[in-house]
Amino acid sequence: MSSIGTGYDLSASQFSPDGRVFQVEYAMKAVENSGTAIGLRGKDGVVFGVEKIVTSKLYEPGANKRIFNIDKHVGMSVAGLIADARQLVDIARRESANYRSQYGVSIPLNYLNDRVSMYMHAHTLYSAVRPFGCSIIMGSFDPQEGPNMFMIDPSGVSYGFHGCATGKAKQSAKTEIEKLKLSTMTCKELVKEAARIIYLVHDELKDKNFEMELSWVCEETKGKHERVPESLYLEAEKSAKQAMEAESDSDTEDM
Amino acid sequence: MYNGVDQFTAKPFWHNGPAPGAIYNFPGTKTHGTNGSQRSQTPITTATSIVAMKFNGGVIIAGDILGSYGSLARFRNCPRVLKVNDNIILGAGGDYGDYQYVKDVIEQKIVDEECLDDGFKIKPKSMYCWLTRVMYNRRSKFDPFWNTFVVGGLQDGVPFLGSVDKLGTAFEDNAICTGYGAYMALPILRSALEANPSPTEEEARALIHKCMEVLFYRDARSFPKYQVAVINKDGTDIQGPLEIQQNWNLAHMIN
Repeated sequence: MSSIGTGYDLSASQFSPDGRVFQVEYAMKAVENSGTAIGLRGKDGVVFGVEKIVTSKLYEPGANKRIFNIDKHVGMSVAGLIADARQLVDIARRESANYRSQYGVSIPLNYLNDRVSMYMHAHTLYSAVRPFGCSIIMGSFDPQEGPNMFMIDPSGVSYGFHGCATGKAKQSAKTEIEKLKLSTMTCKELVKEAARIIYLVHDELKDKNFEMELSWVCEETKGKHERVPESLYLEAEKSAKQAMEAESDSDTEDM
Repeated sequence: MYNGVDQFTAKPFWHNGPAPGAIYNFPGTKTHGTNGSQRSQTPITTATSIVAMKFNGGVIIAGDILGSYGSLARFRNCPRVLKVNDNIILGAGGDYGDYQYVKDVIEQKIVDEECLDDGFKIKPKSMYCWLTRVMYNRRSKFDPFWNTFVVGGLQDGVPFLGSVDKLGTAFEDNAICTGYGAYMALPILRSALEANPSPTEEEARALIHKCMEVLFYRDARSFPKYQVAVINKDGTDIQGPLEIQQNWNLAHMIN
């Protein structure tokens, strides 16, 4: 790495001569080591999919979840250092609780996004702290406002998205997402697509075991963020595996 | 809190230091303003009785929707029966502002609990115990929440009904009425339960309606519209406002 030995990567509060903040770039590297997380925003809600890599057989199934509830109507999926992410989850929950106690209504997602991204950005400004080693995707559904989704980088930058991906296989996941007509699709369809993409981008050679997490916040859940029901999860997983098999069959035919 | 400084303004540079012409406040000793402080000694906008009973397989809680300002029937739409979650319902009498505050705290508690995503839901006995702690704590500060709460629910399928007042006094019973209802409605419920210890839901609804009717005729702070919360094995349901048909034809015969 060009930065090594230059001395400009020791603190997040110092630029390098060519105008980069290396600590923030390292934080992004930390995100790229993590399993993929994707978010899809359809016409009636948002669907999250996470490839959670299981590094040991000794873990209980379902340990170290990477999709979180922030409030009734807001979900968050994360890629990167899980412990850093939990701090952000805590901050986001406090922001939404505080908003509700002040204004008596649920926090609008764009406001929550502003608050959390400001918090993340603040950690790129001081030499006493390091940036967050994670990217987060937040999504919500409101009957009046419709679906909303934002992704925040370790730098504190955030954008609204129709479809987004972060983590190890974000490039190939994004290519897959771009093929979808997101704004015309329902969440039921998107759950299947999310499962398919997660299975597709999973690299079996590098990471053997993984658990897929799927959640949604949509019309069907009455604007509540929750994990997809087991029946739908199994259905999506099954069709994802079938799609994988079909793919590998066609690969062998080519040879 | 320091003189003239609230939580929204920056702290003074010299913490606890002597203000010009003032006496030094030693750290750790709490000093009060010279104006003293006032604790709530009377409720302001009040709601009257809550009527509640267990029936075979569930619990029913009813309360009218009047907010009285002393003897003035001031607010005519003050709902005060609440669905806490799928196995808890709550009714409240006394100061309406205090009820709204406690309600907000409870609702945030439920959101926090759902965020944990462990599938656990607070049960009626725990909710009841928590309320006793809150109420007792506040009365111990000589600043009580001026309410009587009635907690109903299904604890592992078994009906539960308990009441907590502003002093933290708490008890469970098969029929609970607060306020004026304790004089007028409770004897009706008790004699009915003596004759038929395990009424059906329909019988209980009819009985509660009768009680609300009696209370409307005899309690000068009551109102002919009320709400009913019912919990049974199918879940919680809040109905109303239900109307009491009034007939004052015999009024001229009194006196």
